[in-house]
Amino acid sequence: MPKLTLSVNGQPRTIDCANATLLVEALREHLGLTGTHVGCDSSQCGACTVHVDGRSVKSCTMLAVEAEGAAITTIEGLATGGALHPMQAAFKEHHGLQCGFCTPGMVMSACDLAARNAAPSEGEVRQWLEGNLCRCTGYHNIVKAVRAGAGDMNGGK
Amino acid sequence: MSNAQGIGAAVKRKEDRRFLVGKGQYTDDVTLPNQSYAVFVRSPYGHAKVNGVDAKAALAAPGVLAVLTGADVAADGLGGIPCGWLVKSKDGSPMVEPPHPALAQGKVRHVGDPVAMVIASTKAAAKAAAALVEVDYEPLPAVGLLANAIVPGAPQVWDEAPGNVCFDWHIGDPATTDAAFAKAAHVVELDLVNNRVAPNPMEPRAANGNFDGANDQYTLYTTSQNPHLTRLLLAAFTLKVPEHKLRVIAPDVGGGFGSKIFHYAEELLVLWASRRVGRPVKWTSDRMEAFQTDAHGRDHISNAKLALDASGKFLGLRVHTYAAMGAYLSTFAPAVPTYLYATLLSGPYDFPAIYAEVKAIFTNTVAVDAYRGAGRPEATYLLERLVEKAARQLGMDRVELRRKNLIRADQFPYQTQVALQYDIGDYQATLDLALKEANYAGYAARAAASQANGKLRGFGMSTYIEACGIAPSALVGALGARAGLYEAANVRVHPTGSVTVFTGTHSHGQGHETTFAQLIADRLGVSTDQVEVVHGDTDRIPFGMGTYGSRSASVGGSAIVKALDKIVDKGKKIAAHLLEASVADIEFKDGQYRVVGTDRVKAFGEVAFAAYVPHNYPIETVEPGLEESAFYDPKNFTFPGGTHLVEVEIDPDTGVVEVASVTIADDVGVIINPMIVDGQAHGGLAQGIGQALLEEAVYDAEGQLTNGTYMGYCMPRAADLPNFKVGNHVTACTHNPLGIKGVGEVGAIGVPPAVINAVLDALAPLGVTDISMPATPEKVWRAIQAAKAGKGA
Repeated sequence: MPKLTLSVNGQPRTIDCANATLLVEALREHLGLTGTHVGCDSSQCGACTVHVDGRSVKSCTMLAVEAEGAAITTIEGLATGGALHPMQAAFKEHHGLQCGFCTPGMVMSACDLAARNAAPSEGEVRQWLEGNLCRCTGYHNIVKAVRAGAGDMNGGK
Repeated sequence: MSNAQGIGAAVKRKEDRRFLVGKGQYTDDVTLPNQSYAVFVRSPYGHAKVNGVDAKAALAAPGVLAVLTGADVAADGLGGIPCGWLVKSKDGSPMVEPPHPALAQGKVRHVGDPVAMVIASTKAAAKAAAALVEVDYEPLPAVGLLANAIVPGAPQVWDEAPGNVCFDWHIGDPATTDAAFAKAAHVVELDLVNNRVAPNPMEPRAANGNFDGANDQYTLYTTSQNPHLTRLLLAAFTLKVPEHKLRVIAPDVGGGFGSKIFHYAEELLVLWASRRVGRPVKWTSDRMEAFQTDAHGRDHISNAKLALDASGKFLGLRVHTYAAMGAYLSTFAPAVPTYLYATLLSGPYDFPAIYAEVKAIFTNTVAVDAYRGAGRPEATYLLERLVEKAARQLGMDRVELRRKNLIRADQFPYQTQVALQYDIGDYQATLDLALKEANYAGYAARAAASQANGKLRGFGMSTYIEACGIAPSALVGALGARAGLYEAANVRVHPTGSVTVFTGTHSHGQGHETTFAQLIADRLGVSTDQVEVVHGDTDRIPFGMGTYGSRSASVGGSAIVKALDKIVDKGKKIAAHLLEASVADIEFKDGQYRVVGTDRVKAFGEVAFAAYVPHNYPIETVEPGLEESAFYDPKNFTFPGGTHLVEVEIDPDTGVVEVASVTIADDVGVIINPMIVDGQAHGGLAQGIGQALLEEAVYDAEGQLTNGTYMGYCMPRAADLPNFKVGNHVTACTHNPLGIKGVGEVGAIGVPPAVINAVLDALAPLGVTDISMPATPEKVWRAIQAAKAGKGA
């Protein structure tokens, strides 16, 4: 069984896992980071979105062994100290979540957008989120939250 | 509002933090010591004989603990999955209620029907071994489509249900309806299909069963909207162990939309398998499995006729509907196309006569049961398509035809011809509000602008009513329900004045931890931070019927209010003692007990403390402690209603429909948290627009589900939807203590016909008169081409 060394939420981690293990399985089952969710089996829903070296990736679509040496950030690693990350705070402020299942993926995806585009328009947010499904909110408040969170992340506060 | 966090305040959600930092606890997140994993071997056929199951190779595979089949289920005496509602046919005979074994016995009847259960020490091992189970299937003629199942000579899903008829039911008065049609100046007729959709909560179903042999105790973690009902059905029908030995926990649940109401075989099987293998057994559905095994929604074929007088006044309505049940009767399936559909056919209109017939039909598909709206979207779609067609056929204005027939505010309580009595509403007010907010007066200019851009613009509307908080128990019992439909609550005030509320409702996105905390804050004058709301655990909560049918606030909230009333009353007795006054002279307001007309007060916290430290206390007449329970059984349904307006813009070259605007005005009764209420409306709208434009679970004639993945089933994405304009006009429900009606389903109920009416309005100039849901670009483009060809001919 290959030994995998990577950084997860700033901590060096070593995982013994099979070649076929998906990154999301390594995170959920080997590291107990259950904030990253699995909502489908065809890379469509985006509930499993994490950051790999700073970019959003669907962790159900990547083998764990492909993450050798990479820096992974999951939803658990976003907030520092006791405070919510600005994107998390924006989701709460704008009621951008209901059941919470798609939320980790939405937030991780939104952070990547905000890193690329400090002030995304409504249309840009809606296009960006094409890989993230939500069944609860109708996206209305998610779009508001992402725009506000992007502003806050980029010093708009 | 007596409290800035009380009723009416847009308090931010208490539960958000754990979801936002990845600390939600969903069923699949629960991994128990010595956990094992189950994977199911499921039928690839719509209908087949199972001549044998050979598990030898699977049993020999690494890590495999057991392979269980229908024969094991029978040998261990597990009960079949029961149906929770008995509907009788016109002739008084009970519906055909076929057996539903947890694992197939002899035959499979839909794709996804479970045949064997493989349990192994890892999920990967279980999956690999499941592929080694050899099932000897002998395919049988199957009927995957409702339209085919009702044809004479159709393949039979069940031998005991000739013609695939489960029941043949009716409501209303055929004679007065015939008379209404006999004198009608106009009759408008419409044939309609209400498309089958898959609920698709983002969290797939999961179940983790653990049998503790030392204590003879079973624990089930499950993705359920109503853990007590699941426990009741497990105890009484399927697992057959008493409730006190059975704990059902529905932790954080990632959406339900109806599909997680029902008792599913997997819940029983993981508990049973845990007893067999001596380890906890976890099963988690993948998405393809979810499409094949979660109960679907809708799937109706209807014919409707509307009789009008010369002025456009409605005289009568006649409806005939075929409703698919699927292969097995799911928990509430028979109630959906009857008591939640046909009873709603009067809509918000004053109808002197209605007669509706409903035939429930078996098909070789997964079950059809309640999905957001459950029956009410089907009724609304039928009625609002029909009314729109009437306006067009009679050359009347669509708004004025509706306005003419809406029940007036002074007609309440209003007795419909289909059993329901609406307590209150103001449909003209919501109509006016929606038209104003949508700037209906400016529509012509917007249509002209679209036309100038080469687009076709259409305006569509629906005025609708729905029924929530299905009740009272005695009535639903008389109608065939095999459960009560009350709700339970327990309010525990702690010695230092903080409060824990135990509710029998279940939150899977609705925000109960905030909404109910606001209720406590409002009544007791405490901060929402001092309130914890507990749900989803049968060992912690006295009892409950769960969350569905937009019942949580109106029924569950009312139970909490009843318990709070008892708390406040008991506190008065304690306060009277402490203040040396008569109980009759004590009032409770803003968190303080006061001797009326004086400045002598005791804070709520002081009274709570005295209740638990009863040194100076009326101990002869009042027990120590401050904790009360209540059950609330509603007197009637609640009746939200409103108007939904949609504008679409269609590209005639591609058939792509863009939803340009959605404006709704609802009356959902008194609102506790407007932020959460708006969010509920948004979510319902997305599902309603999804059904109208994108979504359909497509079976083929042989019962293959042809699009059961997210690559094939078109879920609404962010770019498919606009922002929503949501307005409210409140009339308070007259028969519950809070005046609440319910908001969970309004979007999914009101908006689909408004979308399709808008599409047809846009296409009308081309001569298109009908289109079915979902109005996909292909369907719209073909309709445009056919209309053009027809005109040219």
